[in-house]
Amino acid sequence: MDEAQTGLLLRISDVDNVYVLLRNLTAGTVLKFGERETVHEKALELGHKIAARDIAAGEKIIKYGAPIGSATRDIRAGEHVHVHNIKSDYIPTYTLDSVTE
Amino acid sequence: MSAKAEFSGYLRQDGRKGIRNTILVVYLVECAHHVAREIVYPHRKQGVHLIGFGGCYPNQYAYDMMARLCTHPNTGGALLVSLGCESFDRRGLAKQIAESGRPVETLVIQEKGGTLSTVEQGQAWLGETMAGLEESTPRVTMAVDELVVGAICGGSDATSGITANPAIGRCFDLLVEKDAKAIFEEGGELIGCERIMAERAVTPELGEEILATMEKTARYYTTMGHGSFAVGNADGGLSTVEEKSMGAYAKSGSSPISGLIKPGDVPPAGGLYLLDIVPDGGARFGFPNINDNAEIAELIACGAHMTLFSTGRGSVVGSAISPVIKVCANPDTFRRMAGDMDVDAGRILEGRATLDEVGEEIFSQVLAVAGGAPTKSESLGHQEFVLTYKSFEPIGPACLPV
Repeated sequence: MDEAQTGLLLRISDVDNVYVLLRNLTAGTVLKFGERETVHEKALELGHKIAARDIAAGEKIIKYGAPIGSATRDIRAGEHVHVHNIKSDYIPTYTLDSVTE
Repeated sequence: MSAKAEFSGYLRQDGRKGIRNTILVVYLVECAHHVAREIVYPHRKQGVHLIGFGGCYPNQYAYDMMARLCTHPNTGGALLVSLGCESFDRRGLAKQIAESGRPVETLVIQEKGGTLSTVEQGQAWLGETMAGLEESTPRVTMAVDELVVGAICGGSDATSGITANPAIGRCFDLLVEKDAKAIFEEGGELIGCERIMAERAVTPELGEEILATMEKTARYYTTMGHGSFAVGNADGGLSTVEEKSMGAYAKSGSSPISGLIKPGDVPPAGGLYLLDIVPDGGARFGFPNINDNAEIAELIACGAHMTLFSTGRGSVVGSAISPVIKVCANPDTFRRMAGDMDVDAGRILEGRATLDEVGEEIFSQVLAVAGGAPTKSESLGHQEFVLTYKSFEPIGPACLPV
């Protein structure tokens, strides 16, 4: 993790492959992981997840040290991890966006 | 901890003690709802609460819930309001309440001459009953180990599982350590946590029961086509039901799980209990928990004197009968809705408090509320209540090894 991100991201368990945002992220924020920079076009509220490393499609998302779903496509370190790129291994998630689809 | 571990309670005939002395006005079918509400209205901030069951068809679960609530330690008396033609067993309920030593009256609207005269007679009964209630109810010393405390989350977001829920878990550990009864729920919000929960059971047989319950829960919700997951949960950063579950699970703290109970079962001894609210048998009457208040009513039916309510998005609800302590997980939400929140757990996220500190603060609030201090939702007059159709089989012997 980049030094500037300290205090912004929390890894709850050592084995987690996602971070949790501790502060709101304004649109246009750049998150730097090693050499790679990810520009977040949209604002993100605190609590949302950011990939801590590259995650392949089908791989489990680990938070609290436990699986919370699977990646539906390849996710790169620094990307927002949410309903657009992961799914439940139990019951599908219902969002208002999915109503209009 | 500065709060006193002893406070004054209301002694009931069955030996249980209450922290409030509420009079319930109970409509026994939706058709009697308006009349009951009119009876309550002038007294709505004077310890008179409105509860009821909307359905006209009979249902054993609804009857048992109502009997538990009308003889709850926080309940001092009840006025039953019936239209007259509904199926609810009003005589059986009135008899049970009377046998519990509480004042009770039944008004049948069709026999009392309609709306206006029933409202008038109901208010007259309330006036008389309220005047004598405090004097006729014995006050006794009550200690922490006599408390039953429930926990629920509502309007969760991704902060709930990091701040408010683990802080409630710390408070639960303190309560269990002091031999109080702590109840967490609900299976639909614990999907994905079945194995770790089963391992915490005090006996392997109880662990098996927990696994079986969780299997029933997953099956039931799958039939319904929805997990216990609302649109706002996703807006708040939660992506899947199992992610929400992991956060919700933190409410249970770290004590061993002493038992698995169903709505209306009162925990027999101090310890941590899991409440199963998912109906048995096929999916018949709809969602197990149509909203948070249905779950709160079920915690209360298990004897909960109060409920710890964790919220991230910002729920405003309280409850009839037992006070709700609102623990706000998200610091931004707290700043927006401070008037509705009792505890600011979002301080943990901003480095202004530790989990242990907030856990102890919740514990102090539990003692203060037990001693009579009103919670925010209580002061604001929140008395949400909902009861729907369900069916349950009794719990087996392996569910309560204690």
